[in-house]
This record gives sequence, C-alpha cells and structure tokens, in this order.
Amino acid sequence: MTNSGLETLVVPGAQPDRAGADVFAPVLPVDLRVTGLTKSFSGTPIFKDVSFGLSRGEAVAIVGANGTGKSTLLRCLMGLIPADAGVIDVLGTDVGSARSAQLRSMRAQMGLVSQKHNLVPRLSVLSNVVQGLLGQKPGPRHWSQSFAPAASRQAALDALEKVGLAHLAERRADRLSGGQSQRVAIARALVGKPKILIADEPTASLDPAAGEDVMDVFFDLARREGVTVIFISHNIDHALRYGDRVLGLANGGMPLDARADGLSAEKLRGLYD
Amino acid sequence: MTDASHSMSHPRRLPARYERPSALAFLGYAAGVALILWSFAGAGFSLEKVISSPPRFADFLDRAFPPNLDPKVLSRLGWKMLETLQIAFAGAAAGVILAVPVALLAARGLIAPNWVNQVVRTGLGFIRAVPDIAWALVFVVAVGLGPFAGMLAIAIDTIGFCGRFFADDMEAADKGPSESLTATGARKLDVVACATIPAAMPAFISTSLFATEKAVRSSTILGLVGAGGIGIELKVGFDLFDYPTAMTVILMIAVVVISIEYLSGWARTKIIGEQR
Repeated sequence: MTNSGLETLVVPGAQPDRAGADVFAPVLPVDLRVTGLTKSFSGTPIFKDVSFGLSRGEAVAIVGANGTGKSTLLRCLMGLIPADAGVIDVLGTDVGSARSAQLRSMRAQMGLVSQKHNLVPRLSVLSNVVQGLLGQKPGPRHWSQSFAPAASRQAALDALEKVGLAHLAERRADRLSGGQSQRVAIARALVGKPKILIADEPTASLDPAAGEDVMDVFFDLARREGVTVIFISHNIDHALRYGDRVLGLANGGMPLDARADGLSAEKLRGLYD
Repeated sequence: MTDASHSMSHPRRLPARYERPSALAFLGYAAGVALILWSFAGAGFSLEKVISSPPRFADFLDRAFPPNLDPKVLSRLGWKMLETLQIAFAGAAAGVILAVPVALLAARGLIAPNWVNQVVRTGLGFIRAVPDIAWALVFVVAVGLGPFAGMLAIAIDTIGFCGRFFADDMEAADKGPSESLTATGARKLDVVACATIPAAMPAFISTSLFATEKAVRSSTILGLVGAGGIGIELKVGFDLFDYPTAMTVILMIAVVVISIEYLSGWARTKIIGEQR
C-alpha cells in the first residue's frame, strides 16, 4: 500500500504516446492509479491491460460503445467486483489485496452516482441523504434521519441545499421526478465530502433538459469542492465539456487517453464505429 | 433467394393447431394419469359411498339445524373464539418478528455465508414440513394444555412460512440502492437495514397478512389437541352428538375466517397500494 498523498502524477495519461495526454500536465497528488487492469466474465474478455491515473481535482470522462466495460471498470475501481489482473490504487488503498474494512474505509472517501438514482423509495429524501454518511458513521443512528445526530441531519440538509432541494427534505423519495431524484443522489454522494466522485451515466435515465441540469449541478459542486471526478457518458458533448481528460474504451482496451481540449467530437465518435 | 421469391416457391402453410407430443412427453402424461388413479385407489375412493352419502349428510344437516343460539352457549363460544383470535394474533406477531432475523440468515448474498444460508433454509424446510397440529401436540407436551401451546405452535409455523418468503423477497429486492450504499463504504448490516429491508417491505407486509390469515385458520383447530381455542368446542360437540352446537361453532369459524380474509385483503391494498 502506498500513501498517495505524497505521490505525484506528472503525466495524467499513463501512456505518453497518446495525443495530448502529457501536455500541460500539472504536478498534482495522485488519487487513483490503475496499472495493467484486465477483466473478463465467464471467459469472455471485457478489457485487457488498461492503465491510467487520476490527479487530485481532475475530471475524467470515460467513453465507449456498449459492452466495452465502462461500468465494469468503475466497479473494479470501487472494489465492488474483483479484477482478473492488474493493480488498482485508490487513495492509497490497494483495492485487489485490501480487506473488507480497508475497502469500506476507501469507499467512505468516495461517492457514487449511478445511471438510476438508486434512492430507497419508501424513505424520505433527508433519510436517503443521511444514509450517505453510513460509510463514515456506521450503525443504526444513520439508518434514518429520525435517529441521526443533529450534526448529520444538518450536513444532509446542507447537501440538499447545494443541489437546490432542501425544501423537499421531508418528501418520500418515490414522489420525486427523475431529475430531482438524481439531484438527491448527488447530495447523498456529496454529503460525506468524498475525495473522489464516480458517476456512471448520471443522465442516462433523464430527458435532455433534466440531464443538462444534473450535469451542471454535479460539476459545479465537484469543482467547487475540489473533488476528483470520473464519469461515464455516451454524450460526447458532455465528455468534452465537463471532462478535463477523456478515456476511450474500445476493442478490449483503452486506445484513447487525451486531454479534452485537444479532442474533437469526430474523433470521439470514431470510438463508436 | 430473396424472402419474396422464397415465399412464391414455397406457399406458406398454417402451423398445426396442436403440437404433437414427443414419445417421452407422452410417457410422462401417461405416468401422471397413472399416479392420480393409483392415489385415488390408495385413498379408498368409492363411488358407492359417494352416491350413498347425500342422505347421511342431509340427516346430519337436519339434526344440526337450527344451530344452537342459546345466549349462554353463544357467550361461551364467543369467549372461546376471542381466545382463538388471541392465539392467532399473538402467534403470528411473534412468528413474523422472529422470522426477520432468521430470514436474514437464510437469504443468499446478504449477511451470512453460503453454508449458513443452507443450514437455515433446511431448518425452515423442516419447520414447514411438520404440520401445525403436530407442533401443537409437541408444545402441549412441552408447556402443558392450553392456549400458550397453541400460540407457540402458530409462532413456529409462522417462522417457517415467513422466514422462507422473507428471505426470497430480500434476495429478489432491487439491488441498486444496496450497491449505492455499499459504494459509500456502509457495512453489510447497514446496507440490509437501509436498502434491502425497505425494498422488500411491501412483500413482507403481504406475506405477514397471509401468515395472519393462515394463523387464524390454524388456531381454530388447535383445540382438537388441547392447545386452546374454539377447536375443543367442535370436538366436544361432535363427541356428544350435540350437532346444533357443533354447527354454531362451524358457522362462527366460517364468519371469522372469511372476515379476516376480507380485512387482510383490504389492509393489503391499503398499505401496499399506497406505499409501493
């Protein structure tokens, strides 16, 4: 295990031959480093020998056609599924060899926003956000806002305030619109003040207007709080607009790792051919 | 060859209305019919008895009607029916509550390892395999005659029923919220309490209401083996050829059980319909 806080990443893209990946690269602490990651399901290879790193505060978009392993890659990063080979170092934790307690401690410094908001439908909005603190404060007091300490309730309300939904704190989660639900999911991911935010197609289930709204809120908060972000998007415009860097998965590997400002939409579309 | 030319050279034929069974399927059907006939023979099925029974049944009805509506008898039976409902509700409530931790251990992929799931599921299977009347006999031996033995029998029967279904409900619950909480670093128990159980709650409520209906039906006959409730009155009525009183008991049981089923159906719609 390494202490990533002391480590620096000079080249954000682990492959210096890729377009623009090593240009204008700041010297920043590394929050996440993946080396030689390989994953297959039942003998079917998904991706092989994928390597990249993420600097503190960087926003990285992952693009690629369906079935190229984008969501699988994110699940491997969080230790939700095991990788076949390779090393994943997240915030100083070697995900492959970490014990359950170490994984929980690592995840407590991360936030996840999924395609579907994944709120608990029968609970209130505030309870859902309070539960975002369970990684840091385990136990029954954070099962519901009713039992939660005042500080946790306030933190949850503050997080809701940031996504503009504090006035809906008492409403049941299954009475929200899709866009509102996704905003609550962002509040739940942010309430624990994570160092890394992971978003798996956060706008996939939303209409274009709600999707823009959610992305704006998400990145506004992420940048304001200096959080490292890694997000999947099929929306090329989103990938270029919100990502500092773009990673492209295709043909069982990662043929693209480049700064967003040096990329064209045409080039990204090529990944889907 | 294009689809159109293929269609021209081979005019389309309507498929057969019924598929011809394979030889193996035919043998399977024949074996099924043979099993049913064999079972009828084993059960002592007699057409002669079926034909001769209506007069005897009519004779019973003639002697049972009108039911015994003597206020003293009705009062005694009313209290016994109340005791029956108390046995049912207390047993069902205890069973449902105890079934939750048991189901947590039985559900695969939640908090317990696979071997624990298997052991607990086998135990639940054993509980369900033993009829409630047999559990009542066991508890009469263990705690003596009376309603407490009946309550324990209902409770253990409810654990077997609800434990299995609660576990299945939790396994089938939407995994999305669980994964999101796991991703925050939450412990397994916290994830189950906050995501899995709330997701399975509508199914829990529905199963619990079915368990209560089942408990009410079961509790009416536990008295036959001395485990409290109105069943003993039914037995005494038949033993003493007091058919009017026995008929009163049967009618009371029917009214209570049907009412509970209606009430349970209404509650199910009201609670789950609104909370889904």
